[in-house]
Amino acid sequence: MPFVALFLKKLCLYSKGRFLGFKRGKRNQYEHTALVQLEDVNSKEETTFYAGKRIAYLYRAPTAKKGTNVRCIWGRITRSHGNSGVVRAKFRHNLPPSAMGSSVRVMLYPSNI
Amino acid sequence: MAKTAHKNQLAPGISRLSHSKVFSKRATYKAKKESKPKADAAEAKKAFVRKPYVKEDLVDVLTAKKNELVQAAVTPRPKHSRKALRAPKLRKSITPGTVLIMLAGRFRGKRVVFLKQLKSGLLLVTGPFKLNGVPLRRVNQAYVIASSTKVDISGVKIDSKFNDAYFKHEKEAKLKGTEEEFFGKEAQKKEHPAHKLADQKLADKDIVAAVAKVPYLASYLSSTFSLTKGQAPHKLKY
Repeated sequence: MPFVALFLKKLCLYSKGRFLGFKRGKRNQYEHTALVQLEDVNSKEETTFYAGKRIAYLYRAPTAKKGTNVRCIWGRITRSHGNSGVVRAKFRHNLPPSAMGSSVRVMLYPSNI
Repeated sequence: MAKTAHKNQLAPGISRLSHSKVFSKRATYKAKKESKPKADAAEAKKAFVRKPYVKEDLVDVLTAKKNELVQAAVTPRPKHSRKALRAPKLRKSITPGTVLIMLAGRFRGKRVVFLKQLKSGLLLVTGPFKLNGVPLRRVNQAYVIASSTKVDISGVKIDSKFNDAYFKHEKEAKLKGTEEEFFGKEAQKKEHPAHKLADQKLADKDIVAAVAKVPYLASYLSSTFSLTKGQAPHKLKY
């Protein structure tokens, strides 16, 4: 690590989540709702803090747009899912299946604290 | 549009009440009928003059009628909105002097002092500029975390000129299509207006003094907020 980097705190205003898959039954899956496991959240009660928060899936694309190869799909956390800290999220475009298992950013806004 | 008309119509032109409902509501049948004195039959006959029969062109008749219809139709008016613009409620955790953490935008992660809520509902905040580089600014409360730290700004007077209009951007003259667009003029950096610089200094003066009274508060305000590994935002006390 460069010497200067030791003193530069990296600004991070989001927590991580993992896109597990889509809401589904035994045979059908519903791509309009994504399931996200939030980091350090292990119970249904803890998910209430995150309800409504904006969530972003970032990925890299082969061609640059507006000078960047990074693209983003925005969504919102809608509600909890099950009892172990998983939440449901809706994205403006459904997440691609290739995103399963990748991490998403859970922003701190809209804030209510 | 009159209020009653608005109330009685489901949509423009569709009455809320049926014909018979209107009849029973108006209850005209309850009123006593005034009996008009009958005009003399002979006089009535005299008054009635038969119009001479004129053969009219069919096209004329039809077009005339059409014109009448056009005239009768009321020009569409936008529906009168009765919604009033009200400022959103301020969260209980935000009171004048509360230190807020900005969550998005250019100054994300910065800690700022809340001054007051403006008419539009946006929050008026300041760094103060001297401590962390955040100028007087409006922010939406959804993009802010209220911390439990407070700066005592009870003695600080906030100039009433800091309203929504003060922060509106001035519209720039259109450059599109002119030669200036191609040659250079864009490269010039706009200078921050001098009166705003002076305003900032004046507004911050008392706040900086209030901050200086409390140990470590100045360094707290100049530090940024950031999440690190293992810090769950829902478990933190801000």
